[in-house]
Amino acid sequence: MAIKLEIPTALRPFTGKQASVEFEAATVGEALRRLTATYGDLQKHLFTEDGRIRSFVNIYVNDEDIRYLEKENTPLKSGDTISIVPSIAGGLR
Amino acid sequence: MPIQTSTLPVEAARVLSKEEIQRYSRHLIMPEVGMEGQLKLANAKVLMIGAGGLGAPLGLYLAAAGVGRLGIVEFDNVDHTNLQRQITFTTQDVGRPKAVAAQERLSAMNPTIRIDTYRTMLTSANALDLFRDWDIIVDGTDNFPTRYLVNDACVLMDKPNVYGSIFRFEGQATVFNYPGGPCYRCLYPEPPPPGLVPSCAEGGVLGVLPGIVGSIQAMETIKLILGIGEPLVGRLLRFDALAMTFKEYRLRKNPNCPICGEHRTINQLIDYEEFCGVRGEEAPVMTTGIPEVTPRDLKARLDKGDDLFIRDVREPHEVQICSLKNGHLIPLGDLPRRVSELDSAREIVAYCRSGRRSADAVDFLQRAGFRKIWNLKGGILAWSDEVDPSVPKY
Repeated sequence: MAIKLEIPTALRPFTGKQASVEFEAATVGEALRRLTATYGDLQKHLFTEDGRIRSFVNIYVNDEDIRYLEKENTPLKSGDTISIVPSIAGGLR
Repeated sequence: MPIQTSTLPVEAARVLSKEEIQRYSRHLIMPEVGMEGQLKLANAKVLMIGAGGLGAPLGLYLAAAGVGRLGIVEFDNVDHTNLQRQITFTTQDVGRPKAVAAQERLSAMNPTIRIDTYRTMLTSANALDLFRDWDIIVDGTDNFPTRYLVNDACVLMDKPNVYGSIFRFEGQATVFNYPGGPCYRCLYPEPPPPGLVPSCAEGGVLGVLPGIVGSIQAMETIKLILGIGEPLVGRLLRFDALAMTFKEYRLRKNPNCPICGEHRTINQLIDYEEFCGVRGEEAPVMTTGIPEVTPRDLKARLDKGDDLFIRDVREPHEVQICSLKNGHLIPLGDLPRRVSELDSAREIVAYCRSGRRSADAVDFLQRAGFRKIWNLKGGILAWSDEVDPSVPKY
């Protein structure tokens, strides 16, 4: 399935500044693995050492959080957009 | 919780004076607001946590709208670097307490409302008492421990939490803890460990970004008070300023949320610094075995003619601001790939703006086997203070 994966600002330094990338992937898990295979520096920002998605990073397929879908097994349709939304805290400084 | 200063005595709900009717005429002529809505604003009590980048537009618009009671929780003083985005302050305010300067500014714009200031850090010891008397809490803070603290206190005290956050040119906004809606922990159960969030190397912010997000927070607060429109409950609004796009994501209430879920396990405020793993990081990295050289000692060695390789670990755009003579630039992020450019037989001094990134660089190089490596303690900021005041601080 041809899908788009959007890279949040905080992680763009690790994707050569690209704001989005396009892949073929059947599930969210496959898309994320392809992403980290292409941009190795993202691995530690997105995944823990034992391969789980970090809890301060939320993954959405279109506008729905994968935690409420099928998590990494969430199937993808052509044209879907995966968004990575990490926790940000800035406000004052 | 003692109120530091307050502009007006407390009054019960009232009718609007002739002056106020004129002041708020553009509200009054809208059917969505009208006299009824304006009185709701006059009777509303909104507590703003933080009087910085987000708090500035927030406070200005809530005061302008006639929110009858505004509270400002802010312990810090105005700094020169704030003026790029904290639009409540003027150059004359540098060095003054932010809460006081903001109170003056808001009060000058609208003397009919009451503005209370709390010049204190928000902590687990004071948050519950502080929140008690207010209707709505607006989170304009800048760090994870405080955001979790604000969230938990709002849930425990049953107050909606109008949330906004920013990073560089991206912003988020939502309304947490509205009845039936999710809280911050539903969205992010755990904070990022320190060191994994982009450091000061990748920080910075376009000044106008908190202006936009803070204004969105003001808009949401006013909508909640008036009971109009669709507030961002269960919706995460994400703003990309460079692309000029707004995207929305569905936020669900987590039934297993430890504080707002069906089986609450958090019944009191905790140690948020510990929760966010910050406690162990309080001591600067420099004091845990990283060899350092002070600016004065470095200057002395350079004057003597010692052969030192000066390594600048900052980003290229920072070099344009200022740099030390004879520095060689290898940004911190590039170091793993470019370590072969360094000669471990030479003595190397690494520096950055404040000494923190360069401490990371020294740590990395030590583990890569470099032995003759030092961190410039305090970075360019300390160099400017102690050796060469002509070097600008930023």
